[in-house]
Amino acid sequence: MTDNTIVIVGSGQAGFQTAASLRTEGFEGEIVIIGAEPGLPYQRPPLSKTYFVDSDAQRLLFRKSDFFEKNRIELLQNIRVTRIKRDKKQVELEDGRIISYDKLVLAMGTKNRDLPIPGTNFENVLQLRTLADADKLRQAAKGASGAVMIGGGFIGLEVASVLRGLGLDVSIVELEPRVMARSVSEPVSAFFENMHTAMGVKLFLGERVASIQGNAQGQVETVTLGGSGAKLAGDLVIICAGVVPDIQIAADAGLAIENGIRVDEYMTTNDPDIFSIGDCAAFVHTASGQRVRLESVQNALDQAKCVAAKIAGHPEAYDRVPWFWSDQAGTKLQIAGLTGQADQWYEKQSDSPKKLTVLAFKDSQFVGAETINNASDHMTARKILALQDKVSFKDFESRGFDLRQIAMEKARTG
Amino acid sequence: MTKIIFVDFKGKKTTIEARDGDNLMQAAIAGGIEGIVGECCGAMMCATCHVYVEEPYLSSLLERSEGEEEMLECTASEQRTNSRLSCQIKIGPDIEGMIVHLPEEQ
Repeated sequence: MTDNTIVIVGSGQAGFQTAASLRTEGFEGEIVIIGAEPGLPYQRPPLSKTYFVDSDAQRLLFRKSDFFEKNRIELLQNIRVTRIKRDKKQVELEDGRIISYDKLVLAMGTKNRDLPIPGTNFENVLQLRTLADADKLRQAAKGASGAVMIGGGFIGLEVASVLRGLGLDVSIVELEPRVMARSVSEPVSAFFENMHTAMGVKLFLGERVASIQGNAQGQVETVTLGGSGAKLAGDLVIICAGVVPDIQIAADAGLAIENGIRVDEYMTTNDPDIFSIGDCAAFVHTASGQRVRLESVQNALDQAKCVAAKIAGHPEAYDRVPWFWSDQAGTKLQIAGLTGQADQWYEKQSDSPKKLTVLAFKDSQFVGAETINNASDHMTARKILALQDKVSFKDFESRGFDLRQIAMEKARTG
Repeated sequence: MTKIIFVDFKGKKTTIEARDGDNLMQAAIAGGIEGIVGECCGAMMCATCHVYVEEPYLSSLLERSEGEEEMLECTASEQRTNSRLSCQIKIGPDIEGMIVHLPEEQ
């Protein structure tokens, strides 16, 4: 093992896991993680969910500080990388420091999309990405009576359900005609729209925000819609308008970009000493042949393990079933596979109004499943998607869409 | 603080001091127990914090919920009668000294 220093840019799930997995793989060289945020690496998913109620930041940490000492992982906190000097194999930090690498892993993740509308500078117009954002939001929610969410994606809906649970009036403004439109099928959108409406959340779908108004003290008061011109009252406005990959330093360094940082099946960029993983990396999903960039814990964890194995000298091409979850007011949504590519959907008969399973097919082959409060179908769908053989719509139809039966039979024959 | 003893699948014992009020998955991660993953942060969606709980502690725990039952059917290692998701077990003085076995795979 000649690669003495591994520098990891980004201290999120992917960056942290790379360091941890390098040690598990037996890598004995230097490991440096450069994180843009203060503090030890932590889990982001609970920030829009349980952290509002259970505000113990200790519980979010992946590992305590002694783990980093024991495993000789150097963690630089609260500092950004401004430049990658590929010719010298160095990164430059914002304070001018230079750090040399033998291998570089780019795991910067994403940043929130800017919303080009007037009024985002008023007090209590907030965003959610970091622990610091979550603390600010939690504090602001305590004194607030009405919240307007700009964006009806996963984060917007999760936060809306928490705020509604705390007793606030909550409105969601979403540009698309349905919630989570880019990520889930119509029946799943409809399920969550009904659920939120029943909780008293007001939905403004197919609507855009024209501007945000505040009072003379600089505090936010109303949100004006562009379509109807309606004014929504709110003393808390949260912008959840999606994210963009944080890839400027990679682009500046001349690395290939294709929505995210372009990598091969070992997470290697067009520079053999630079890798990229997690939310900012664009890789080819083997089963579909599509180049994708995924924002999920599973993707961050599995790609981190893949790159660690590659660097430690046991390369194995990346081929994992993507999966994702969201939790809204105790209702659990899970997605297995890449359902966005589907051209055919099948909604299974459900034995309970609280459950839903929607199967996704492309060219009559099974490509994924979206399930609500049905962990069993979700886990079984993942097993089926992990099989070498493709499973057709006909296979499902002839077995009454019984996922377990299909998984058992195919596991035997495959 | 409550003492919990983890035994990995090779039989190696590690004792941790767990914070009361945390769940067992959080405590294991804070204590550096490697056989626990906790991919979904305790949302009962991934079955990667699977453990086997020894008696008499097993009987003193709250019963498995329907959601936990479902996830336990999908664990990477075999499900046994004493299988639990550690994210569903609350740390407190009532389980002082509890012995928990880790599966080979999560």
